[in-house]
Amino acid sequence: MSALTISGLNKSFGGLHVTRGVDLDVQPGERRLIIGPNGAGKTTLFNLITGELTPDTGSVSLFGQDITKTPSRDRPHLGMARTYQIITLFGKDTIIHNVRLALLGLSPMRWNPWTNLRRDDRFTEAGHKALARVGLSHIADRPLSQTSYGERRRVEIAMALAQEPKVLLLDEPFAGLSIDERRDVHKCLMAIPRDVTIVMIEHNMDVALEFAERITLLHFGEVIVEGNRAEVVNDPRTREVYLGH
Amino acid sequence: MIEIFSATNKLRFIALAIALVALISLPFWVSGIYYINVGSQILFFAVFALGLNILVGYAGLVSLGHAGLFGISAYATAYMLQQGFGHTTAVAVALVIGLASMALFAVLSLRSSGIGFIMITLALGQILWGLAYRWISVTDGDNGIPVRGRPAPFGYSLTDPVNFYYASLIIFIVAVAMVFIFVRSPFGAALMGTRDQPRRMNALGYHVWMIRFYACLFSGLLTAVSGILFVYYTNFISPQTLALTSSAEVLLMVISGGPGTLLGPIVGATLVVVIKTVVSGFIERWNFLLGAIFVAIVILVPEGIVPGSIRLWRLIVRKRAAAPPAPAATTERTP
Repeated sequence: MSALTISGLNKSFGGLHVTRGVDLDVQPGERRLIIGPNGAGKTTLFNLITGELTPDTGSVSLFGQDITKTPSRDRPHLGMARTYQIITLFGKDTIIHNVRLALLGLSPMRWNPWTNLRRDDRFTEAGHKALARVGLSHIADRPLSQTSYGERRRVEIAMALAQEPKVLLLDEPFAGLSIDERRDVHKCLMAIPRDVTIVMIEHNMDVALEFAERITLLHFGEVIVEGNRAEVVNDPRTREVYLGH
Repeated sequence: MIEIFSATNKLRFIALAIALVALISLPFWVSGIYYINVGSQILFFAVFALGLNILVGYAGLVSLGHAGLFGISAYATAYMLQQGFGHTTAVAVALVIGLASMALFAVLSLRSSGIGFIMITLALGQILWGLAYRWISVTDGDNGIPVRGRPAPFGYSLTDPVNFYYASLIIFIVAVAMVFIFVRSPFGAALMGTRDQPRRMNALGYHVWMIRFYACLFSGLLTAVSGILFVYYTNFISPQTLALTSSAEVLLMVISGGPGTLLGPIVGATLVVVIKTVVSGFIERWNFLLGAIFVAIVILVPEGIVPGSIRLWRLIVRKRAAAPPAPAATTERTP
């Protein structure tokens, strides 16, 4: 059974047809890369998969379960997590509190109005564990405002990992990072076990190509090429729309 | 690190103990009934401001219709008493009506946040004011509804100003404790998350609308309780209480004291009530003075009196600490 299946997905904003009949089939444990020029509809595709946007037609399935009509807030509970291209964190809080919120989102405890969250060791411990996976547990108590951009990227990933997703959607995890920071993030991603399926949008080809097994090329909302690394890189259409500049 | 933490905790505990002793002993050291009554007013307006602060400070939803909710509970109490029901029934009905109105407010206004939320709550508050003013068969319009007598729970007649003060104090302490616990709780953290990053909270699996709805109900509960205390205090309710200026006044209490802090609304309520009641006895143009104070707050401590004072205090302490040696170490801390 596929981890993530998308069939016939369409989305228009007024007269702008952003997603045109996209089909996607991602196997469990796969590392899938989605590439395409600016405006190809990559982030829109992510928003359709996570349910932040509703598709006009088509369907999204997670491990065989049709989730097209499932509200986006319920999808993390089914094992889907995402990161954002534009870092979306809780800037007034500490790193550990950010991860704690990610953990709390899947716990029935989130409705509890009388216990002390900071004193709840379960969340603190699990939070440290998630931060250790991205190498940040030593600065867990640091306010987010005192962290670097690269550290924030890793907090984003730690929050997604903390939810122990089955399918992880990464929206440009390397965007805006220095070479050193890129290496750190790359290491975090390589360490994610194979029971997590990863779909990643990325512009940074050298790091991304190394990471992904299968690549999907989007152009004007359509899937142009799909295949393994060599197939896609050597395809003349890829060179035309993407690499040929 | 741990030692400093427990030291501040100890300081906090001492401050809390002093505040409690001061509040409990207030009737013994203030001269006259008048000031005890001012104390009661500060207490129930503080409960009102604490309730609004749940939305303004912790949910990031600014309501300009809370005087309507405050007033509808007061009206419900007065109306039930006028119809010959007992105090228990009147208070229970007032709480239910206050909460039900808040739920209706929430369902209608939570369709948006930001300015949309402000405008919808403003409109709903004005509708309640209009009802109080025009639904004469129930509210007697501009004449208002008088209330005869106060309840006597456990044999303590609240007609006595000192007893009323203590009743207000107990309710105030319960309200403060509730908010204190709420803010540290997982649900409180979730609510503040929806304030800062609603989209992210949704993507993390939270039901943002429902979290805000429950926060509204909590706010509505404190508002209704303070409205009931108010009507028993003044023994009278008229449309004036529901007017937009009342909504703005309680919002100013929250904003001037410091939204999103526990002490802020209490300090703000104290400031407004003291100027309105005590200072207005000496200065005819007390509105002018209140306005001037708000302007000063906006200029000096725009984040509110409580967080602003803490910031200024830290600034002074750091300057003092940095003055004797070379000031090189201070550069790191600036954000």
